[in-house]
Amino acid sequence: MNELIKSAAALLESNAVQVVIGYGKGSASRTRAIFVTNVTDCEKLIFDSRCVQNLAVYLTKQEIKKLGKPAIVAPIPVLRSILQLAVENQITENDLVILGITPESELINFETFASIETFLATHRIAIDEKYQEIISKIKNMPVAERFAYWVKELEPCFKCYACRAACPLCYCTRCTVEDNQPQWISVAAHPLGNLEWHIMRAMHLAGRCTDCEACYNACPMAIPINLLTKSMLQDVAENFGSYGPSLDKENTLSSFKPDDKESFIR
Amino acid sequence: MNEFEPKIIAFVCNWCTYAGADLTGTSRIKYAQNVKIVRFPCTGRIDFMLLLKSFGEGADGIIVSGCHPNDCHYTSGNFHARRRWIMFRGLLDLLGIDIRRIQYSWVSAAEGAKWADIVNSTVNTIRELGPYTDYEKVAGYLEKEAKL
Repeated sequence: MNELIKSAAALLESNAVQVVIGYGKGSASRTRAIFVTNVTDCEKLIFDSRCVQNLAVYLTKQEIKKLGKPAIVAPIPVLRSILQLAVENQITENDLVILGITPESELINFETFASIETFLATHRIAIDEKYQEIISKIKNMPVAERFAYWVKELEPCFKCYACRAACPLCYCTRCTVEDNQPQWISVAAHPLGNLEWHIMRAMHLAGRCTDCEACYNACPMAIPINLLTKSMLQDVAENFGSYGPSLDKENTLSSFKPDDKESFIR
Repeated sequence: MNEFEPKIIAFVCNWCTYAGADLTGTSRIKYAQNVKIVRFPCTGRIDFMLLLKSFGEGADGIIVSGCHPNDCHYTSGNFHARRRWIMFRGLLDLLGIDIRRIQYSWVSAAEGAKWADIVNSTVNTIRELGPYTDYEKVAGYLEKEAKL
């Protein structure tokens, strides 16, 4: 994408930003995140269908903040994460320059977070029919079978926490899994710890997750953890209206309505 | 002799349900002894991890109870808790953790009789469901390995 390289070079040249967070060539046919700090390296920037990593994860990292003001290459999943980070007051409009990329691979500039929201209004999060089917299939299993299914699915997890590292919304500097007084979650690859870890991760993302699937893509064992967050998105929609980040709306679990409906509290 | 006695942990808020359970006692209402009460400042403080830990440590059932909506001592703790329970319950259901084993309720400081009723009916439900062996198997995974 020449346009992307040109824009990035112009931003670095004028010192409007000090680093461009983008995609570059990785090992074999893969792509990786690159951090371009000088104009000559701008030609290393690429963008194609292989670029699925969510770069928004770097916006809250101290190591990257040290490099100076960033410009970020932002296809739709990244835009959603940026908007969610804005909702959570983690970034302000002055903190970054957004090099948005439309689904048609065209460069689009966003001056404000509000303009991202307007753009995303026509590109809403939609859960694939394939996934909807899998989720309803799981939900229709008898409870014991469902439990056995998940214990088995989570069995390969050895808690590398790649899902956490890849998620732009897991930005806590200290995570519950690092707490050891008491040890909340066993660090061993133990089925109970695996279960608790994935429940906790999903719960901490409840009503915040933007369905970028970075966690699933990062998982070396391809555990379908995205089913948990997708199912929670459905639950949010079912119980509290719409999902997806919005500047006029607080996060699902940090807000409430006095007349929230449920049917299970006696 | 070996009749199953359910182990039930109750997470209650200090201002309503704990006082309500106190009233059950001072009113001399008899109810099942299977429940161990843990007092919290507010239902908003009851982290879902505590519920998971109860099952992990061998509880067969859990009661979570606090002030009725609009009665929260801190004005909105129970509203926040309610949203969290809705999401948590949905997630547990997807994962096949038996949501019938967690009873949520609102019990005010004046509802001593309701507390007795909640405990009794939960004990009955859990008695019918039996011990939570599925979860115990997962929680005791390493112990079993060590025994072999």
